[in-house]
Amino acid sequence: MATTVPDLTPERIEEFGAELDRIRADVVAGRGAADARYIHTVITVQRGLEAGGRAALAVSLLPPAWLVGTGMLTTAKILENMELGHNILHGQWDWMGDPAVHSTTWEWDFPSPAEAWKHTHNHLHHTYTNVVGRDRDLGYTILRMSADQRWHPAHLLQPLYAALLAPVFEWGIALYDLEADAAIAGRKSPRRLVADAAGLARKALRQFAKDYVFFPLLAGPSAVPCLLANLTANTLRNVWAHTVIFCGHFPGDVRTFTEEEIEGESRGEWYLRQIQGSANLQGSSLFHILSGNLSHQIEHHLFPDLPSNRYAEIAHQVRRACATYGIPYVTGPLYRQYASTWGRILRYALPARAEQGLSQAGPM
Amino acid sequence: MSPSTSSLLAGRLTDRILSVAALLATPLAPDDYLGLIDPLLSARHPAGRIVAVRPEGPGAATLVIRPGRGWAGHRAGQYLPVGVELDGVRHWRTYSLTSPPGGPGTALTITVKADPRGRVSPRLVHHIQPGTVLRLGPAQGDFVLPDPPPRRMLMVSAGSGITPLMGMLRTLVRHLPRQPGCLDVVLLHSAPTPQEGLFRVELRDMAARLPWFRFRERHTRTRASHAGPAEAAPPARRLTVADITGLCPDWHARETWACGPPGLLAAIEEHWGSAGLTARLHTERFRLTPPRPPGPGTPGGHVRFARSGIEAESDPAVPLLVTGEQAGVPMPYGCRRGVCFGCLLPLLHGRVRDLRTGEVHGEPGSLVQSCVYTAASPLVLDI
Repeated sequence: MATTVPDLTPERIEEFGAELDRIRADVVAGRGAADARYIHTVITVQRGLEAGGRAALAVSLLPPAWLVGTGMLTTAKILENMELGHNILHGQWDWMGDPAVHSTTWEWDFPSPAEAWKHTHNHLHHTYTNVVGRDRDLGYTILRMSADQRWHPAHLLQPLYAALLAPVFEWGIALYDLEADAAIAGRKSPRRLVADAAGLARKALRQFAKDYVFFPLLAGPSAVPCLLANLTANTLRNVWAHTVIFCGHFPGDVRTFTEEEIEGESRGEWYLRQIQGSANLQGSSLFHILSGNLSHQIEHHLFPDLPSNRYAEIAHQVRRACATYGIPYVTGPLYRQYASTWGRILRYALPARAEQGLSQAGPM
Repeated sequence: MSPSTSSLLAGRLTDRILSVAALLATPLAPDDYLGLIDPLLSARHPAGRIVAVRPEGPGAATLVIRPGRGWAGHRAGQYLPVGVELDGVRHWRTYSLTSPPGGPGTALTITVKADPRGRVSPRLVHHIQPGTVLRLGPAQGDFVLPDPPPRRMLMVSAGSGITPLMGMLRTLVRHLPRQPGCLDVVLLHSAPTPQEGLFRVELRDMAARLPWFRFRERHTRTRASHAGPAEAAPPARRLTVADITGLCPDWHARETWACGPPGLLAAIEEHWGSAGLTARLHTERFRLTPPRPPGPGTPGGHVRFARSGIEAESDPAVPLLVTGEQAGVPMPYGCRRGVCFGCLLPLLHGRVRDLRTGEVHGEPGSLVQSCVYTAASPLVLDI
C-alpha cells in the first residue's frame, strides 16, 4: 500500500492540498459573532440540562422524575464530552480569546485530566492518524485493527474486550492516557508515570464522589434511584462515545499506514492520509451535535482546530474536492458503519492466514 | 448589627456555600453556573457592566463600569485590562483607571481616547452602549500613589497620559479635602488643543478650589491651526524638560510622576538621572507596538524568552518553536504543524505572524502557537 492514491502525481496532491487550505482559510476569515453565539448557546443548554437533571433526580423516587432526570443528565453529559470538551480542548474556540472557553483552561466531566488527554489525542492521535506503531488510538493498545499489527493469541478475545470497554469507556480512556505501555517500553519515565497517575487519581476521585456519593446523599430518600440514574447516565454516555469514536476510524474501508509511508510526508500527503484514515457518519443536525460533530470525522481530521459548527458546511466542499481528484470519501449511516467496525474487530481477532479467507469481500 | 458586619457575614456564608457547591459542580466551579445567570456573579472570570458612557471632548469617553463579584479592587494610578467582545472575538486592552479606589461594588471609571487606526478604542468611545458587559482583568501596574502620599508632588503628562494621574488626583481630593499646608501638587499637562485636553473643566475647577493644587496647561497646536500650513508641524512646541523645570522651579524637591509619549519620558528620565533623582521619578509608558505589514521580506525580530532570560534572533521563515529550541529554551511542543495546540505560549509583547496565512497578530496576553508562528516585530514570550 502506498500513501498516495495511485493515479495522483505529487503535483496533483499539492494542488489538492492547496484547495483544502483555501477551504480552511475561508472558514477562518468568516469566524465571528454567530459562531461565538453557537458555542455559548451549547454551553448554556448543557449546563441547564445538567442542573435540571440533577434537580429532578433529587426526587427520583418518583419514576417520572427519574426518567426525565436521567434523560436530561445523559444528554448533558454527552454534550459536555463531545461537542464541548473534545472540541474546546482541540483549541477550536481559542480564536474567541475568551479565557472561560479556551483549550488551556477547560476541564471536562471525564476522569482523564484534560492535559493528559490533550497529549495522547491532539498530539499523538491527530498527528499520526492510523499509522501502525505510532497512533495508539489504532486499537487503543488492546485491539488489533490492521493486518500490519502483529497478531497475538490474546487478540482472539478482542470482540469481548471491545464490548466490555463500551460501558466503561471513560475509565478505559483514563488508563489509556496514562501511557503505562510507554513507560514499560522506556519512552516515558517512571517518575512521570507516577505523577500522571496521582493526577488521574485526584480527578477521578472527585468525579466518582460527585456522581456516586454527594448527589445521592443530597437526594436523601431518593439516594438509591439517584445513584442508579447517575450510573445510567455515565454508562449511556460511555456507550455513545465509544460507538461514535469507533465508527470514526475503524469501519472496514478505512486505511491504515506504515511508518515508512509517512516519512517525509508533505502537507498535501498529510491531508490525504487524514481523509483515507477517517470515516463520516450521516444523520440529522441533532445527531451531528450529539456526536460532537465527530460524525464529520474526515473534516475534523483535516482541520481539527476549526469550530465544529462549521464542519457540516465544509463537508460538501471537501467531498466535492475528493470527487474531483478521485479520492475515496468514506461515509454512511451509523448502523452500517457500526456493523462494519464490528466486522473489522472480529476479522483481526484471527491471525493473518485465517483472516485472508474472510477478507475476500473487501479491499484491505 | 452594622451593615458592614452583616455584609461580611453574608459574604462568608456565600463562600461556605460555594465551597460545598464546588464538590457538586466539579470539574466546573459554581461560578460557571452563576455566570450564566449574570456574568457579574462570576468571580472566576471577573466582569463588569457599563452603566454610563460620558463623552470627554472630541474622540474620548469615560466608561462608568459597575464591577461584579470577582473584582479585587485597585490602587490609584493602576491600569485595568478589559476584554471587549467584537464580532465574537474578545479583544484585551488596558486603560488607566480614573476613579479613586472604592469598596466592593463601587463603580469604577476608565477614560478611553479613540485611536482612529485602532479596532477597539473607537468602538468603546463611539459605539458601546450602557448595559454591555466587559471582562475585567486584575488591576495592574506599579505607577501608583503611595499611601500616605508624599507632601510635595509634581505630575507631568501629555495627551491621554493624564488618565492615571487623574485617578491619583481624584483620590487625593477624596481623602484630603481642603486643608492647606498638608499637600502641594503641581500638574503640568500638554494637549494638542484646549478642546482635546481631557478633564480640563474639572482640573481648572480643582485648581480654583483647592489651595494645594496648581494646574498648568500647554497646547501644542493652538497657534499652528490658526496660522496655516507653514506652522503645521510643531515639534518645538511640545512640552520639553526646559518647560517643566521653568514652570516648576522646585522640581528637584518633589516626588515626580510622568506619563506621556516615549520621547518626553526619555528626556525626563535623562534629566532626573543626571540630577541623581531617579529614585524620586515614576514613569508610565502606554504600550504601543506599531504593526508591520506582512509579506515577503518581512523582517523577523529579536525574541526574548522572559522567564529563562534567553534571547535570540528570529528568522522570518522559522517558527518561534524552532528559534526557542535552538537557543536552548525548554519549549513545550506537540505536533509541530499547527494542529494540536500543545505548544501554546503567552505573548507578553510584540507581534507575531502566522506562517500559514501571513496574518499578523499581537495582543499582549494572547496565546501563540509557537510551531506555526514567527516574529513580526521584537517579541517577548512568557517562558
